Amino acid sequence: MAEALLSVRDLRVNFQITPAGAWPWTAKKDLKAVGGVSFDLYPGETLGVVGESGCGKSTLARAILNLIPASSGEIVWLGKTLTGGSTRDWHAVRRDIQMIFQDPLASLDPRMTVARIIGEPLKVHRPELSADEVMQRVRAMMKKVGLRDEMINRYPHEFSGGQCQRIGIARALILEPKLIICDEPVSALDVSIQAQIINLLKSLQQEMGLALIFIAHDLAVVKHISDRILVMYLGREMELAEKSMLYAKPSHPYTRALLSAIPVPDPALERKKEVRLLQGDIPSPINPPSGCVFRTRCPEAQTRCAQEVPVWRTLDNGTRCACHFAG
Amino acid sequence: MSLLQVNNLGVEFQTGDGPVFAVNGVSFALERGQTLGIVGESGSGKSQTVLAMMGLLAKNGRATGEALYHGQNLLAMKTAELNKIRGNRVAMIFQDPMTSLNPYLTVERQMTEVLQLHKGMSRRDAKKRAIELLDAVRIPEAARRIDMYPHEFSGGMRQRVMIAMALLTEPEVLVADEPTTALDVTVQAQILALLKELQRDFGTAIVMITHDLGVVAGLCEQVMVMYGGRVMEQGSADEIFYRPTHPYTIGLLGALPRLDHDTAELVSIPGNPPNMARLPKGCPFSERCSMADARCAAELPPLAPAGAILRACHRAPEHVMKQGEAIHG
Repeated sequence: MAEALLSVRDLRVNFQITPAGAWPWTAKKDLKAVGGVSFDLYPGETLGVVGESGCGKSTLARAILNLIPASSGEIVWLGKTLTGGSTRDWHAVRRDIQMIFQDPLASLDPRMTVARIIGEPLKVHRPELSADEVMQRVRAMMKKVGLRDEMINRYPHEFSGGQCQRIGIARALILEPKLIICDEPVSALDVSIQAQIINLLKSLQQEMGLALIFIAHDLAVVKHISDRILVMYLGREMELAEKSMLYAKPSHPYTRALLSAIPVPDPALERKKEVRLLQGDIPSPINPPSGCVFRTRCPEAQTRCAQEVPVWRTLDNGTRCACHFAG
Repeated sequence: MSLLQVNNLGVEFQTGDGPVFAVNGVSFALERGQTLGIVGESGSGKSQTVLAMMGLLAKNGRATGEALYHGQNLLAMKTAELNKIRGNRVAMIFQDPMTSLNPYLTVERQMTEVLQLHKGMSRRDAKKRAIELLDAVRIPEAARRIDMYPHEFSGGMRQRVMIAMALLTEPEVLVADEPTTALDVTVQAQILALLKELQRDFGTAIVMITHDLGVVAGLCEQVMVMYGGRVMEQGSADEIFYRPTHPYTIGLLGALPRLDHDTAELVSIPGNPPNMARLPKGCPFSERCSMADARCAAELPPLAPAGAILRACHRAPEHVMKQGEAIHG
């Protein structure tokens, strides 16, 4: 196998928070937003990251770019360790790793025209380019993502959600990065527009040989774009598997619950489907359950799950999974 | 007489750019224990349809047509009369539970208020009943939690409080406007199971508004697909899902990422959702429709019966289905 583009080793992100109702002098508590995540990403590959709200998937994305500093662990980009690096080191890396955000309108500066928004990364990272060259590249990129030429001097509010997301994609691609982190890029869009954006990302990926980290809360959406999928719950890795394996034979009880909870647009199937309903809500990350964090909602939990943290191990079918009873 | 009969409902807003027709010619009938799903993307008019029924339109909005509840027209009623029905016999669950609960009042006060007003119960009896309902929607330790404020609940629990509140008076019709959109999938599954159970136990008729075709498939017998303020196709869930004859319905189903099929590529609908102030003269979907011709752009197709369903399309159903198969395989 080719050399990994990005290796993340035991990445942890803790937030110091003041508990509700505490006095100003009470000790702050640790909120473990990401509690030890490891994976490798290869060139041209798409890794889907899936989990419910509060599972740490967005924090993970931001930590990879050092937008939120990691508390411990290692991020290796093309064989070079980034964690602990200086601002200058990160600056160089961000030319290769770009991000697309969830809210398409909020992530664009309302006072900048499309031309300036898309061209800004070039000004920062490629100051040697002339204004003409920048405009040329901006126009070429707009064409690539399906924006018409006459839109170049308009402002973000003049666009619909799907078009704003195309602007965001153009801005991320203009530096010709090697990796794009997409943080829920389609969850704010209508179904018909969702499909447009997913197809656009897929075709651009093939054309430019991009690697993608695609974050979503919906397993149906990531299915269409990912090669491998990482399932997270409460900041921990639950399962990391090849796409075909994950959907055909999910190993972790949480993955199974997630899959069965997605309503299928087929009345006959849906009426007779037995949903593996999870009980209750996601526990507070300030006070996570002992042992396996999923045990409070797991339909298969046993006493051992409360006492021992399950080991993150590779099963016979190649899937990595953190469950005592998997495999 | 139907429990709820809506005839030719329209909604018109007066705006600075002239009148905007957000909803046009919506009709349906709902019987006890039935569920109607209204599907559509943002701006399709699905929410305005039910807000008009409940007399909750914004100030510049005006509803036309009829919404007959047991033969009484809700749209023509005085506010005082309407207040006896809405929240009582016809109740509503809103999309965002945080903004639709009052943050200053405990859940107990918000729930007992309903019963004191509509049922003339004492505060003590009302509280007892409210706790029963919170138990019914599976809020753990309901008797203790009822004295908490909305912000102390999680999103899923707040939505369950909303449902309990809507069910307090045992309404005959429950209008749910995207009740699970703000929730995680595992919690959504819990809420949907709960709605099905409540329908079975109380025989409540449900109008379910959603953009998620999966939610509709499991819950609704009847489906109405809306686009640009108009009904595109309307019929039984089986007809709409298995034998769709409208290009928009076919497009919507093809654009959906699915767990149950292995489609390599999603077939997207080109273009963007319509601007309601500048709709095309003909069919609102004609600009994005791959099967549209000159007639579609010029002439509005009427919503007409075709076999067991109603559809608004100039193209013959057989033609659309054949083309749809060619595109979607």
